[in-house]
Amino acid sequence: MSSGASVNALQRLVEQLKLEAGVERIKVSQAAAELQQYCMQNACKDALLVGVPAGSNPFREPRSCALF
Amino acid sequence: GSNHEQMLKRGYWSLKSDSFITKGKMPVLLVHQVAERVEALGQFVMKTRRTLKGHGNKVLCMDWCKDKRRIVSSSQDGKVIVWDSFTTNKEHAVTMPCTWVMACAYAPSGCAIACGGLDNKCSVYPLTFDKNENMAAKKKSVAMHTNYLSACSFTNSDMQILTASGDGTCALWDVESGQLLQSFHGHGADVLCLDLAPSETGNTFVSGGCDKKAMVWDMRSGQCVQAFETHESDINSVRYYPSGDAFASGSDDATCRLYDLRADREVAVYSKDSIIFGASSVDFSLSGRLLFAGYNDYTINVWDVLKGSRVSILFGHENRVSTLRVSPDGTAFCSGSWDHTLRVWA
Repeated sequence: MSSGASVNALQRLVEQLKLEAGVERIKVSQAAAELQQYCMQNACKDALLVGVPAGSNPFREPRSCALF
Repeated sequence: GSNHEQMLKRGYWSLKSDSFITKGKMPVLLVHQVAERVEALGQFVMKTRRTLKGHGNKVLCMDWCKDKRRIVSSSQDGKVIVWDSFTTNKEHAVTMPCTWVMACAYAPSGCAIACGGLDNKCSVYPLTFDKNENMAAKKKSVAMHTNYLSACSFTNSDMQILTASGDGTCALWDVESGQLLQSFHGHGADVLCLDLAPSETGNTFVSGGCDKKAMVWDMRSGQCVQAFETHESDINSVRYYPSGDAFASGSDDATCRLYDLRADREVAVYSKDSIIFGASSVDFSLSGRLLFAGYNDYTINVWDVLKGSRVSILFGHENRVSTLRVSPDGTAFCSGSWDHTLRVWA
């Protein structure tokens, strides 16, 4: 015979699982297509992906001398 | 009575097995299959452009300032340093009263930093350029946990901080008053990492823990809204995809994974037979196409998020990579290591 406390804990677990199961889902094919679309739309701004014009990435320049 | 309990147990196992199927264990279309016709990426030339030396022990955490230039880092020896990554100069340094400062974060304004670790607290230090002022004098204790602080992040403003702890909880705090605004219970073991959703996507954050679970939380209600349990070991790092529709994780099981929030399941696994050490830290490039991951075998692997393949492996650190963040404008990323240094790569 289990204690009331563990039954309550089990009840809460079941409620949490029901909440998570109730999430509305889209298909992976649609989700993946949208992730892909986001990548494509933003690729040109992604310096680590496509690089930037010479001189405009401060880390690719030799470091400046601190004068003070 | 015991009938009620029996019914609950049946319900529990039925829900758990459904979730096992829908969340990721059954084979299903994955991102790389959908992305088959996407052009493969070419060769990458990414090198260490700056090395930040000055910590006396393992670097455990780092964060970028919104100015894309300053970096805060924290170390096992209790030191927290603010660097100008362009010049590699140290601008501020403070010694914490504890060792193992596992978490640090830059405030959105750039005017303060937060940090903590084995002291079980998260403290905020305003940054001052007054040479006469002692940084430690203005320290403000904000968060109190009952075990170590593993991660911290300011929300959209300097006014609130989100924390994760070895005590198994996350919490949201008001910086000014130190008041607990919301706590997040649900992890079955230490929480090791957290990341806030990009501001456009609303008030949620994701956390990862030693219970192998990644959990997505509603910040207002304190409720867990989605949970994912496909990793086979501790989750050391979680990071949202730039659109906010997905997040990546890095784990001691030597894999990184991608979870889509709207499909509510794992949609990619980034792994290789030759990679057998844990991934400690992950972050996306600006477009989300690349995933940078630091590992306990001292390397950084660069993954094509869509194709699922590794595009580059970066050597340089002489001990575990413990922390990694891409700069706010995506021009570079910084890694911190147990070799006492930080490296900026571009």
